[in-house]
Amino acid sequence: MRARPPTYSKFRDAQAELEKNGAAIFRDAEGVESLIIRYPYSINYIHSYAEDSPFFLALAEGKLKGSRCTKKGCAFVFATPRSHCMVCGSPTEWVDLPNEGRVHSWTTCHFGSEAFLKETPYNLAMVEFDGVGSLLLVRLKDAVEKDLFVGMPVVARYDPKPKYSITDVWFVPKK
Amino acid sequence: MPARTKSTAKTPSDDAAPRPKARTGGRKVYMVAGGVTKFAKAHPSMDFRLMVKRAYDAAMQEVPNLTPDRIDGTRISYFSDHFSRQLKAASMVQDYLGMNPKGSVRIEWGGATGGECFQAGYEAVASGRMDVCLAAGYETMSRVATWKGNEFIALASDTNFDFPLGGFYTGYYALMVVRHIYEYLRLGKFAHVKDEREAQRLAIAEGSRIMSMVSVKNHLNALHNPYAQYPKRLTVDQVLRSEMISYPVTREQICTMSDGAAAVILCDESTARELTDNPVRVIGVGCGTDTMRLADRPFGKVPLMAHEKAADYEHLRYPGVHSFRAGRAAGLEAYRMAGIENPNRDLDFIELHDAYASSEIQTYEDLGLCRYGEGYSFVERGDPFLKGVDYGFPTPQAGAIPVNPSGGLIACGHPVGATGLMQGVFAFWQLQGTIPTHFRDPALQLDHPKRGAIHSHAGTGSSVTVSILERGF
Repeated sequence: MRARPPTYSKFRDAQAELEKNGAAIFRDAEGVESLIIRYPYSINYIHSYAEDSPFFLALAEGKLKGSRCTKKGCAFVFATPRSHCMVCGSPTEWVDLPNEGRVHSWTTCHFGSEAFLKETPYNLAMVEFDGVGSLLLVRLKDAVEKDLFVGMPVVARYDPKPKYSITDVWFVPKK
Repeated sequence: MPARTKSTAKTPSDDAAPRPKARTGGRKVYMVAGGVTKFAKAHPSMDFRLMVKRAYDAAMQEVPNLTPDRIDGTRISYFSDHFSRQLKAASMVQDYLGMNPKGSVRIEWGGATGGECFQAGYEAVASGRMDVCLAAGYETMSRVATWKGNEFIALASDTNFDFPLGGFYTGYYALMVVRHIYEYLRLGKFAHVKDEREAQRLAIAEGSRIMSMVSVKNHLNALHNPYAQYPKRLTVDQVLRSEMISYPVTREQICTMSDGAAAVILCDESTARELTDNPVRVIGVGCGTDTMRLADRPFGKVPLMAHEKAADYEHLRYPGVHSFRAGRAAGLEAYRMAGIENPNRDLDFIELHDAYASSEIQTYEDLGLCRYGEGYSFVERGDPFLKGVDYGFPTPQAGAIPVNPSGGLIACGHPVGATGLMQGVFAFWQLQGTIPTHFRDPALQLDHPKRGAIHSHAGTGSSVTVSILERGF
C-alpha cells in the first residue's frame, strides 16, 4: 500500500509539498490531521463580445468608439459602450470618441491578480473626455507613479497586433 | 488647477427624485441568537459544511428552548463557486445541518453576500412565510493562493472591460480613493496650494495618514475580540510603511482572505418572546445598487438625508467614482423604515464593511455620519473611535459613534459569505450587552447601546445592504 503523504504543522509547508508531490497532511494546533490534495482547474471559454463586438473590432483598427443615446433630448454619450442607454433605455449608436482625454483618477498597482502579477507595477487610469458623460478605464503607460496626477492630459495608443481585448488600447501622457 | 471635470453635459441623476415613502417592512422580525467560528487564514480541518455547523451550533446554544424542528427553513450564503470548488454547495450545508426537506435558497451578492443573506432571512420572517429562519453563510478562501484569490474576486468586475486590464480590487479602490482625496482634500484643505502636482501629493499624503488611523483603530479594537483574525497594535507610521499594494493603499489598510462561517436565527415576535428575554429587533433594512463598472457611474446630485440640505453639495458631482451611491441608497431606505432622521444621533454604533480603510471613510459620508467631504476630519476628531482606548494619537470626540467596535473586516477577516452575518452577530451581542461573555473580555462592550447598524458592501459599491438593529422588547 502507498505510504501516507508527509505531515506538516505549517500550512505553508503543506502547500509547498502539494506543488511538488500533489498531496500532504496538515496537522493543526489541536493535533487534528487533514489530507490536502492539489486540484488543478482550467477552462477555455467560447466567449462572445456580442453587442459590444464593434467596440473591440474598432480597437483593432486603432479607433476608440463610444455609445450615444439615439433619443432626442437625451443623447447621453458613454465612453464605455453599451447598446442601450442607462438613463432612458433607448438604443444607442456608435460614435467616435476623442483620441485624447484627461486622467480622472489613477493608481499604480504593485500587486495584482495572479494572471497579472508578472506585469506589475502597472498604472490604471480612468479617463474623461470632453463632451462624453462617462469614463473609460485603461492602462496608462510611459509614466511612473510620481508623474501621475488628476487632470493629466493623456492620449490613446493602440496595439498594432490586436489581441481583441480591452488591452488593445492604452493611454500615454500627452507630450 | 484643472476643473473638476469638463466632460459631462448632463447626467442620469440630475433630477432630484421625490422622497420615497417609508416602508413598514412587514411583520416584526427579531434576532434571537447568533454564532460565529473564529475567522482564520485557513481552517483545513473543517470543510464548509462543518464550519457552518459550528456557527449554527453556537447560535442554537444561546436559545436552549429552540429545537431544530421549529426552524421553518434556511437562507444560506457563500460568494464564490470558484473558492468553494463545489457548485450548489448550499445544498450540502442544508443536508449537513439536517434541514431537509425544509425550504432553502442560496444567496450571493458579491461582498455583500452575508448582509444580503441576513436580509433574506428577515424577509422570510417579515413576509410570514416562516416564523423561524436560519440565515447562515461561509467562505473558504484559503483553498487557493492569495493572488489567485484576488483573481477570483476580480472576476466580480466586468470581465470584458475591467478585469483584463489587470483587474484587481485594491486597484479599483485605489482609483476611487485617489479621486475622493482629490475632491475633498486637494479641493478642500489644500485648495490654497498653487502648484497642482504638489497640492495633489500633499493631499494624498494627508489622506493616507488618516486612512492609517482607521486601520490602527480597527486592528486595535480587535485585540479584545477572540474571533478576530488579525488583532494587533499598530502605529500610523507602521500602516503607512507597510507594503504598497496599489498606490496609495498599503497592505495594512486592506482586509485579508479568510475562512469562516456565521449564523443568525431570526423569528417573529411571539416566537421571540417564547425563546428569549433578550432579543434584538431588526427595525430597518435597506439595499442599494450602482453600476458594475466604475467607469459608468453618473455625475449627478446627492440623494439627501433628512439632516442635509441641497446647498451643502451645490458643486458636488455625485457619485462619480469618489462615493458609494449604493451605500447612500441602502442607508436612506433602512433609515426611513427605522424612523431614523439623523444617524449620528439615532445610532449608537455601526459595524461597517471596511474591506479598505479608504472605503470606511467614504462610507461615513454615504451613511450620513458626516457630510460629504468631512470623512477625514470625522476621523481626526475621533468620532468613530472607542472611548477610553489609547490609539496612540488624540481622539477628542471618541465614543461619539463607534464604528467597527469589533475590529471590522480589516482585523476580523472577510470570509465573504459569512462577513455580513458576522456583523449581525457582533451587533446582536452589543445590543444584548453580552459582549463580555462572548468575548471573555468586557473592553469592547459599549455602554447600554440601544440601536446599531450593520453595513455590507459589494464590488466597487455595486450593491450595499444596511440593516438597523434595536434592543428588543
